[in-house]
Amino acid sequence: MNLSEEEKQLLVGLANKDNQIIELIYKENYSMITNLVINNNGSSDDAADIFQEGMIVLFEKSKQPGFELHCQLKTYLYSVCRRLWLKKLQQQKKGGVKIEDIEQVISVEEDIELHERNQVNFTIMENAMSKIGEPCKSLLEAYYIHKKPMHQIADEFSYTNADNAKTQKYKCLVRLKKLFFAQYKNG
Amino acid sequence: MEDALLIDAAERYLRGEMSIQEKEFFEEMRKNNAELDQLVVEKIFFLNELDKYSETKHFIHLLNETSSKLTEQGIIEKNAVKGRAKVVFLWNKYKKTIAVAASIAGIVSIIGGILTSVFNNNKINNIKPLVEKIKEQDNKYKSLEKKIGQLNTGNISNKPKAESKFRATGFLVDVNNNLIVTNAHVLNEAKNQLFIEDNKGNQFIAKPVFVNNENDLAILQITDEDFKKYLPAPFGIKKNVAELGEQIFTLGYPKQEIVYNEGYVSAKNGYQMDTVFYQISATANEGNSGSPVINKNGDLIGVVSSRETNSEGVVFVIKSSFIQKAINDLKQSSELTNIRITTNPSLRGSDRVSQVKKVQDYIFMIKGN
Repeated sequence: MNLSEEEKQLLVGLANKDNQIIELIYKENYSMITNLVINNNGSSDDAADIFQEGMIVLFEKSKQPGFELHCQLKTYLYSVCRRLWLKKLQQQKKGGVKIEDIEQVISVEEDIELHERNQVNFTIMENAMSKIGEPCKSLLEAYYIHKKPMHQIADEFSYTNADNAKTQKYKCLVRLKKLFFAQYKNG
Repeated sequence: MEDALLIDAAERYLRGEMSIQEKEFFEEMRKNNAELDQLVVEKIFFLNELDKYSETKHFIHLLNETSSKLTEQGIIEKNAVKGRAKVVFLWNKYKKTIAVAASIAGIVSIIGGILTSVFNNNKINNIKPLVEKIKEQDNKYKSLEKKIGQLNTGNISNKPKAESKFRATGFLVDVNNNLIVTNAHVLNEAKNQLFIEDNKGNQFIAKPVFVNNENDLAILQITDEDFKKYLPAPFGIKKNVAELGEQIFTLGYPKQEIVYNEGYVSAKNGYQMDTVFYQISATANEGNSGSPVINKNGDLIGVVSSRETNSEGVVFVIKSSFIQKAINDLKQSSELTNIRITTNPSLRGSDRVSQVKKVQDYIFMIKGN
């Protein structure tokens, strides 16, 4: 099945973290996932978590070079969230639940496996981040997550100039790297 | 090349920010120096992981913004979230990662067997997940110990061996009263019996004569009549502070056999800047609790107490000054006035192998049930 131009654009927008596109996908799919989770032993909090994780899987997928979605975005998101929720139920030992499907389902095992591997490294990085302390944490987050330019960071963190902030950033990076590998090589 | 410079170079290389000449020079350098290349590869991998992390983090941030906005506008419904503080809402979103992060930040006390410790409840919560695993491991050890015991019954002492629920390490510091230093948290495991075991499997009854939970130190006295007299310990107790980078070694019983490890003093304070401890970089596992940490002069610089749960090689060691203090306190508060600590360690000047040979007989397993 070929995707409509509109859906392709949605995915490109998602890969670029376009706010409006994210909002659109939210609006069109959120209630579907809420229904899925709440009708199958979950709370609305669970639904929010699952939707978020499903969106991350979709985001990861959209960033893969040359990726293609062989179904509608809606079907994909539903299938991913369904699988994620089943896994969660199994973990909570509420297994054996049979989900009454309200949508078409496709196999997403590979994508979920990839996501889980990503998740492991994500958590290791998150832990390393939580351990480096301040101002390193905020400094690296400002630069890498919020993509702030160096001169602005120098301003915010009261460094005399961008070069000093940069030196500090590299020192922090070396520490983060050590913490990351300490756990990465262990796991 | 310095690490920070290299990571800078790797990052600019990845982002295509190098000039053509610099790029050529950089690539040439990697080609000619395999070791350097390996370092660059590692850094590139790390930077890619950091990029992926940052992307996901930023995306989650956007998702949360969108979700809050749409909830406010009443476009999507979130019953449970409505009316709750945003912090709570974010907490729910992140609780999974936060929980993992918290458990990582926890520290684990290094004692074979069941884990409990003198550390506060918060830390105990952090180390909870490990408990079951170690219980299992412990059972495996036990059955193994039994098998070994059956094989060697001829050689080992005639006394029936007592079952032990845990295993830690301790070392003999005074031979006039047969005093052994170990961690206070080790004693929590000995509800009924407490005994020590030498490397030949001989067990001797011991009793605690001094416990300081705050500093996680305990001194045991071997009360067993069968315990033969030892010569004074070959190591002294270091009075001043150990230096950063000082080479050290430890000997302990992470398994039913003495295990040697070496490393260096990596920080002058312990977990969350706790001044009772040093941080050393060395391997330590469950059972290493109470292991002596000795420098190249044969001075005891500390006792292994705990390690960071998920960071291999981050080990916390009680400073020797607190051991000295514990011994002084014991001298004053008990009848054991003839305690004598070695002041001129016979280890000084020997090479590592002979040092280890001399020390190992003074190191015992602490067991009990």
